Amino acid sequence: MSELALVEAVRLALARAMSDDETVLLLGEDVGIDGGVFRATDGLLARFGEARVIDTPLSESLFVGLAVGLGAQGFRPVIEYQFMGFMYPAIDQVLNHAGRLRNRTRGRLSCPMVIRAPYGGGIHAPEHHSESMEALFAHIPGLRVVIPSSPAKAYGLLLAAIRDPDPVVFLEPKRVYRATKEDVADDGAALPLDQCFTLRDGRDVTLVSWGAMLQETLAAAETLAAEGKEAEVIDVATLKPLDMETILASVERTGRCVIVQEAPLSGGVGAEIAAGLADRGLVSLLAPVGRVAGYDTVMPLPRLEAHYMPTEQRILRKLRETLAYT
Amino acid sequence: MSQVASFSIDHTGFLDAQGKVQGELPAFARDAETLTRLYKAMVLTRTFDAKAVSLQRTGRLGTFASSLGQEAVAVGVGEALRPEDVLLPSFREQGGQFLRGVTMTELLLYWGGDERGSDYAGPREDFPICVPVGTQAPQAAGVALALKLRGEARVAACVFGDGATSRGDVYEAMNFAALQALPLVFVVNNNQWAISVPRARQTAAETLAQKAVAAGMPGLQVDGNDVIAVRHVVGEAVERARRGGGPALIEALTYRLSDHTTADDASRYRDDAEVSARWKEDPVARLRTYLSEAGHWTKEAEEALIADCAARVEAAVEEYLATPALPPSAMFDHLYAELPAALEAQRDEVTANNDAEGDEP
Ligand SMILES: Cc1ncc(C[n+]2csc(CCOP(=O)(O)OP(=O)(O)O)c2C)c(N)n1
Ligand SMILES: [Mg+2]
Repeated sequence: MSELALVEAVRLALARAMSDDETVLLLGEDVGIDGGVFRATDGLLARFGEARVIDTPLSESLFVGLAVGLGAQGFRPVIEYQFMGFMYPAIDQVLNHAGRLRNRTRGRLSCPMVIRAPYGGGIHAPEHHSESMEALFAHIPGLRVVIPSSPAKAYGLLLAAIRDPDPVVFLEPKRVYRATKEDVADDGAALPLDQCFTLRDGRDVTLVSWGAMLQETLAAAETLAAEGKEAEVIDVATLKPLDMETILASVERTGRCVIVQEAPLSGGVGAEIAAGLADRGLVSLLAPVGRVAGYDTVMPLPRLEAHYMPTEQRILRKLRETLAYT
Repeated sequence: MSQVASFSIDHTGFLDAQGKVQGELPAFARDAETLTRLYKAMVLTRTFDAKAVSLQRTGRLGTFASSLGQEAVAVGVGEALRPEDVLLPSFREQGGQFLRGVTMTELLLYWGGDERGSDYAGPREDFPICVPVGTQAPQAAGVALALKLRGEARVAACVFGDGATSRGDVYEAMNFAALQALPLVFVVNNNQWAISVPRARQTAAETLAQKAVAAGMPGLQVDGNDVIAVRHVVGEAVERARRGGGPALIEALTYRLSDHTTADDASRYRDDAEVSARWKEDPVARLRTYLSEAGHWTKEAEEALIADCAARVEAAVEEYLATPALPPSAMFDHLYAELPAALEAQRDEVTANNDAEGDEP
């Protein structure tokens, strides 16, 4: 057991998966000798060699296509996109092929793969480096979309993603790559996909979030507790397919729900969760479902970035409003 | 000033439009049986295409892409591969797919709107028909990388059209294939048209073969209406790739005698005169002429072949038409290896709707 940051837990899971399974390959820009721009693959070239840690040319559309071919041939490629902002050429391969190869061949061919990308704002990065576009992928049939919120979750969920027989988009909240450390045992134990995790029990309101936003969400729950109100905090973790059962069960107890997402408000995963509550949780609800989200704006450059990001204060405001509703 | 790079593109052809041999035939083409097999494969493809178009016209098949006039490309590629190789076709390569063991019934099912048409019983590793133009090229690089990593003496072949060569995917795939010296052969089925866009408006490059040069691999041009030339040049590239010699791009020059698909009306954008002139280069007639003149083919053989092809196509059509649709819940069967719990309610709903509303929604 050692204290690891999230990015180190990613590396540990990659190394573990590669030593457990020879078919696991890493591909991406600068993943070799440079260890990736965030060092997620640091040392893996030396350990596993050029045949398994493959530095690619700058070809974002190519990567997922390569992974479709490799996956269909029995490999388990893990692709690193340097930043989510540069993944979009790959949506063609993801949507038209990776997510549907199994279905369109009636199971004859399939393409297990993990598509990793750091995403999200709050680190004063250059333009195009800070968006949270998980909903684009969560809309695509045949995929899984997974976002870890802590080092231990990153380790267990990444192992699960690599072992999963279907394509997984694994988005890493880079703002918290090194923000906190946590004990992570390199025990090879995967966490379940397709399940939410309850990070904190509470009876007054359900707080639902994922990724880096859980920092602010948990802090808001802490502040609220000091005021005598207990929030149940749910880490969605797998955004697609979405485990509404865990969220519904919690809202059944609390009657109130606030969803926190860094992504723009409209058409986001939060909207899907709110729709799920309207669909199947209406009788439990004592207040409208609250959403705290990024705005429907272009992600501002660093000077205004802090005004875009949901903060603990914004979450608390929405929580108090939701709790006060009668 | 000094010259730092230069290139040239070789063109290969053996049988001219009149079926006369130019130069010396490659060894395999001196075997009458091989040539007869190639001829039969082209005729079968032509028979299948004609039938598929008529099925579409009579409402019994969906949109279909005929390969009329282009049979030599598909058949030449199919013949150049070994069974253990992997083909990643576009949507106009039925002639090659048949040689690899894809059945006519399967392709009819596919164009008839049934996913089972891509569950090939024969070549289990071959990729299905690829509709998003050129997107199979990066996948072919992935397949070839897998073959290379495992140290297998197998080759991937990827076929796409002239229009596809304008897409970034194709260049990205060629670039990577050359960098990694992958066992991969790219074939451009240059039928001169991408729907209504003629070859001259697709690129200012003089040949499509030269697109290989920028990627760092050999680019060759071949008479795509001469099945001997296609089989020979593709075959050499495939065997070179198998020996570890890396990828190549082969541009096969042919002509799309049909509409783009059954949903297209080519008379809107090209003259009949152009098409009739191109009929004189017909790949099927030219090989028949050669075989007849060489004494390897007779009128009786031709009649028997036509009857045989018609019967085989008819049998496939019957099998296709007799295949009932899958139950509606089948759309959930292979979405994931195992259906996530979150989707069970939707699958149950489609089944319940079907029970309530009957088979034809
Ligand atoms: C990426 C993409 N863009 C557009 C289309 C629509 N489309 C289908 S076939 C075609 C032309 C393709 O031309 P070419 O590559 O020369 O192949 P051909 O049809 O001539 O065999 C187009 C534009 C498509 N299927 N995929
Ligand atoms: Mg074309």
